[in-house]
Amino acid sequence: MTNHWIDIGNSDCILVMGSNAAENHPISMKWVMKAMDNGATLLSVDPRFTRTSAKADFYTALRSGTDIAFLGGMINYIFQNKLYNQEYVAYYTNASFILGKKFGFKDGLFSGYNKKTRSYDKSYWAFEKDKNGVSKRDLSLKNSRCVFQQLKKHFSRYNLDKVSSITGTPKADLVKVYKTYAASGKTGKAATIMYAMGWTQHTVGVQNIRTMAMIQLLLGNMGVAGGGVNALRGESNVQGSTDHCLLWHIWPGYLKTARASNTSLDVYNKKWTPTTNDPLSANWWGNYPKYSVSFLKSMFGENATPFNGFGYDWMPKVDDGKPYSWLNLFDAMYQGEFTGFFAWGQNPACSGANANKNREAFTKLDWMVNVNLFENETGSFWRGPGMDPKKIKTEVFFLPCAASVEKEGSITNSGRWSQWRYKAADPPGDAKPDGDIMVELMDKIRKLYQASGGAFPEPVLNLKWDYTTNGKFDSHKVAKEINGYFLADVTVKGKDFKAGTLVPSFAFLQADGTTSSGNWLYCHSYTEKGNMAARRSTVDKSGIGLYSEWSWCWPVNRRIIYNRASVDRYGKPWDKEHPVISWNGSKWVGDVPDGGWPPMLTADGKLNPKTKYPFIMKPEGHAHVFGPGRADGPFPEHYEPLECPIEKNLMSGQFVNPTIKEFDTAADARATCDPRYPIVASTYRVTEHWQTGVMTRWQDWLLESQPQSFCEMSEQLAKLKGVKNGDGVIVESARGKVEAVAIVTKRFQPFKIAGTTIHQVGLPWCFGWVTPKDGGDSSNLLTPSIGDPNTLIPETKAFMVNVRKA
Amino acid sequence: MADKSFFIDTTRCTACRGCQVACKQWNKLPATKTFNWGSYQNPADLSFSTFKVVRFREVISGGKLRWYFFPDQCRHCLEPPCKDTAEGFVDGAVVQDDATGAVIYTGKTRMLSSSAFEEVRQSCPYNIPRQDPATGLVAKCTMCFDRISNGMEPACVKACPTGTMNFGNRDDMLAMGNNRVAALKKKGFKKAQLLDADSIRAVFLVVDDPSIYYKFSVAQNDVGISRKLALRKLMKPATGLITGVAKL
Repeated sequence: MTNHWIDIGNSDCILVMGSNAAENHPISMKWVMKAMDNGATLLSVDPRFTRTSAKADFYTALRSGTDIAFLGGMINYIFQNKLYNQEYVAYYTNASFILGKKFGFKDGLFSGYNKKTRSYDKSYWAFEKDKNGVSKRDLSLKNSRCVFQQLKKHFSRYNLDKVSSITGTPKADLVKVYKTYAASGKTGKAATIMYAMGWTQHTVGVQNIRTMAMIQLLLGNMGVAGGGVNALRGESNVQGSTDHCLLWHIWPGYLKTARASNTSLDVYNKKWTPTTNDPLSANWWGNYPKYSVSFLKSMFGENATPFNGFGYDWMPKVDDGKPYSWLNLFDAMYQGEFTGFFAWGQNPACSGANANKNREAFTKLDWMVNVNLFENETGSFWRGPGMDPKKIKTEVFFLPCAASVEKEGSITNSGRWSQWRYKAADPPGDAKPDGDIMVELMDKIRKLYQASGGAFPEPVLNLKWDYTTNGKFDSHKVAKEINGYFLADVTVKGKDFKAGTLVPSFAFLQADGTTSSGNWLYCHSYTEKGNMAARRSTVDKSGIGLYSEWSWCWPVNRRIIYNRASVDRYGKPWDKEHPVISWNGSKWVGDVPDGGWPPMLTADGKLNPKTKYPFIMKPEGHAHVFGPGRADGPFPEHYEPLECPIEKNLMSGQFVNPTIKEFDTAADARATCDPRYPIVASTYRVTEHWQTGVMTRWQDWLLESQPQSFCEMSEQLAKLKGVKNGDGVIVESARGKVEAVAIVTKRFQPFKIAGTTIHQVGLPWCFGWVTPKDGGDSSNLLTPSIGDPNTLIPETKAFMVNVRKA
Repeated sequence: MADKSFFIDTTRCTACRGCQVACKQWNKLPATKTFNWGSYQNPADLSFSTFKVVRFREVISGGKLRWYFFPDQCRHCLEPPCKDTAEGFVDGAVVQDDATGAVIYTGKTRMLSSSAFEEVRQSCPYNIPRQDPATGLVAKCTMCFDRISNGMEPACVKACPTGTMNFGNRDDMLAMGNNRVAALKKKGFKKAQLLDADSIRAVFLVVDDPSIYYKFSVAQNDVGISRKLALRKLMKPATGLITGVAKL
C-alpha cells in the first residue's frame, strides 16, 4: 500500500477490483464502511458477484483477464472529458517528457521488439535529452511526441464498443464506473483502489497495476489521503517478507541481487546506482552504495573490509538474464535439477500453479525438509493421490514449528506498518520458533564447514552470526541489526555518533564501512530511542488517521508515501479537509514529508532553486505514466490470457503478451480456444480458510462453515450442463481435474464477448486431500505455470476448463 | 431494570461469520459435521450446538441482484413466549434476567419431554430453540450472560469487524438503529426498517422486505402466543392441581 488501512476511510470513492476485500481482508471493510458513512461510493468490479459486491453501491462484471481493456477505457474517458489534474500531470509526472524518435507502437507491439528472444530493446523507449543530458519536456503537454499526447493516442483505441466487446461489461456500466471514479480528478477529491491477486496473477499482472497507477496519477490521486495504489497483502507479514528479500531478485530493502556480470562491489554499485543530470532531482537511489555496503557489513561484520569489497565476493550471484522465480525453480525441480528442498511455512502441493507438476517434481528429490504447523499435502506428497510410495525415493523430514502467537517478533502489514508482537504461549511439544530452527541448522552447518571445509566455506564461516541470547534465537538482536549500528566513532551531518550505537535513520548510513544496516528501509525502526515497532500510542495528531506513534512504518515512519505530491507547487494541500503535509513557509507540517526540500514555487510564484521534484525515488523525480523499465512495454496494452475463449485479440494482431516465455515440459499442456475446454475459470480464496488451508482445515469451526471445495457457476451454464445446485461436478483443464460441489448462482452471469456467449466459473484453492477426506483437492491442479514477464507470478486467475456432472 | 439490547445492522454485514465462530468459541460449542449444500450458509441451520448462524439469501430485488446476510440468533423477547410455554411444563426451565432482560435456558430444560419441547419451539415467533437429542437439553443464544455480567460485550459483538453487531443499553441501541434507518432512507433505501423493535432485544435493521432475508426475520403470525398457549397458560394452575392430586 502507498497509503494504509485506516486511510481508506478518507476516500471519496473506493474501487475494489482485482480483489475481494470483504472476504479476504474482512477488517478492511471497517474503513470502507467508514468512508461510505461519510458519503463515499463503493464500486465493485469482479467476474463474480462477491460478498464485497453485496456491499457496493454499484457492481459490474468483466471477463477474467480483461482488466487492461476495462481500465484503458477509463484512461480514454479521462482524456476525452479532460478530467485529469493538469498541474499535477504536467509538473509531477513524466507526461511532459518528449519521446525519442525511435519510440513507436504498431499493432500491439512497441518498437524494439525482438521476435526471436521475445523481448524488447528498451533503448527504443528513451526520452530526448538536451545538451546537459536532461530529458526534454513540454510543460504545455502539446508536443505530439510528449508522453501525454502519446498516451492519449494509445488509449484512444480503447473506445466503449471495443472495451465492452472484450470485457463483456455493458457499455452503460463502463460509463457508470468511469464517471464515478474519474470524478476524483477534481481538486480536493480522492479515490482509491483496493487490489490483490485478482490483478497480479495474470500474464499482464504488472501492467494491470500500472494501468491503475497511471489513472491515479492522471487524477492526482497519488500521495493524497484517501488515494494511492493499495495492494491488499494476502498474508499478515507478506509485506515484511518482501521488504526483507523473500524474492530471488532482491536483497533486503529492494537492493538488487548481484549478477554474474557484476564482478566486483564497484561494478555492482555502479551498475545499480542511478544518476541524473537534473539538479532539481533528488534521485534518492543515488545513495545506493551507502545501503549496499551497510548491508554487507551486517552480513559479514568485521570480516567485511574495504580491502575485500566488504565481502561482496561471498554473496551469491545469479546468471545474467536467467530468472530464478518460483515457476523456474519448480520447473528445474521437475526436470531433476535439485537434490533437496526446504518447504518452509508453505504448501506448494496446493499453493503453486499447476500443482500436479509440483507434486511430480517432489518425486525427483533426494530429500525434503517440511517445516510447518500441521501435516500437509507437500510433506505427505508421497502418499497422495496417484503416488506409489514404493517408487518414491524422496526422504521427507518434518519439523514442527511455532505458530505466530508462540514467538516474539515483528510483522509488517499491507500499510507498511511494522508492528511488534509478543509471545502469548509456548509452542506445543517439540515445535520451535523458525528463528531457533534456523540458528540450530546454521550452527551445525558452520561446524561442519569448520571441521571438513568445503567448496566455498568463506560465506558460511565469515558470516556475522551472533543473534542468540542464552543459546536461543533473539528477535531483538535481529531487529537491531536490521536497523543498523555505527561501527566507529563518526561525525555525520554535523552530529557525533559513538561506535556501537544504533543508527537513527538511513540518512546517516555510510558507504565506507562505518555503519551496518540489514535493511536500509528499516533503518529508523529500532534506534537508541527504543523499539519503534513496539509503540502503541492511540493518539492521532494528524486528524486524518495517521496514528504516527502506533508501531512504525517504512520509510522513516512516513505513513503516506509520495506525499510531496499531495500539495500544489506552493506546498498547499490539494485537499484542504484531509491535508497530509503542508508548507508553513519555512518547513513541512503533518506526515513525514518525502524529503524536506521546500515546495517547487516560492510564495511569489518563482521556481525555488532549493526544491526537488516530488517523486524522489525516480532518477528524474517524476512519476512514470510512461514506464520504460517494464519488460512488456512502457504503456499497458490488452493481450489475451495464455488460455482464453476467443480466437483473436480484438485490440491488435498480437494475441498474448509478446514477452511471456512458456515452459515446455509434458506437465505444461495448454489449451486455448479449444472446444474441450470452453469455459473461463478463476481461482480464489474464501474468508473461512487461510491460503491452502494448512492451518484452517484442521480447525473444526472454520471447516464447519466452509467444509468442501465448490465450483460456482451461472444458472444458464448449469442448465446447459444438466447440473443442479449442490450436485457434484468434475472440473477439468488441460493439466488436471478436481471434484467440487456445484454452487449454481445468479452471482455468475454469462458474458457477451465479441458477439458470442462465454461462461465463467470459479473455485477456491484452499482444500487439499490430507484433510478433510471429503473436502476435495486444490484448484491449483487446474492452473497453468505461465508467468508475467516482469515478475513471473503465475496466471492462476484466467484459464480454460470444462465442467461436467460427477 | 431489564435494559440491554443488540442492534444488528445487516447493511454492514459482510458475512465474514466472525460472530458465528466467536459464539462457538466462547460458548465451547462443538463443530457440527456439514456438507456444502450449494450455499455458503453453513451450518445450514441453528442447532443445539449452533446458537448463531449467518443466513445467506441471493435474490433479484428492485431489478438488481442482492445478496443479503442475516446473522440469525435469539431475539431475547421482552415477553418471551418460550418462557411462558416452558413454564407450563417445568418451572425454571427458562428464566429471564431482571438486570439485562436476557432469556436463559437452564438445566431444567432437560425435563421437557420431546412433545413439550416441540410446543416451546413452536411458541417461539423466530424458530430459535433447539434440543439436544442425546440429553434433552434445550439451548440457544445466552446473550453471553457470563460475559455481560462481567462488563464485557457478547462474543459475537466483540468479533464483528464492521459494526454490524452492536450491544448496549436498550435506549442507546434503539437510538442507533433509528438514526441508521434515517440515514439509509436519506440515501435512497426506502424500505429501511427495524424489525419488531418494540418487542425484542435483538433488533435487526433491513433494507428490503423482511421475508426476503429469512422467513423468521420478523415474528410469524402462526406462532408466538397462540390460542393453544393461551389455553395452556390458563390451564397451568389446574395442571399443578392435577399433579398434586395424583401425588396424593
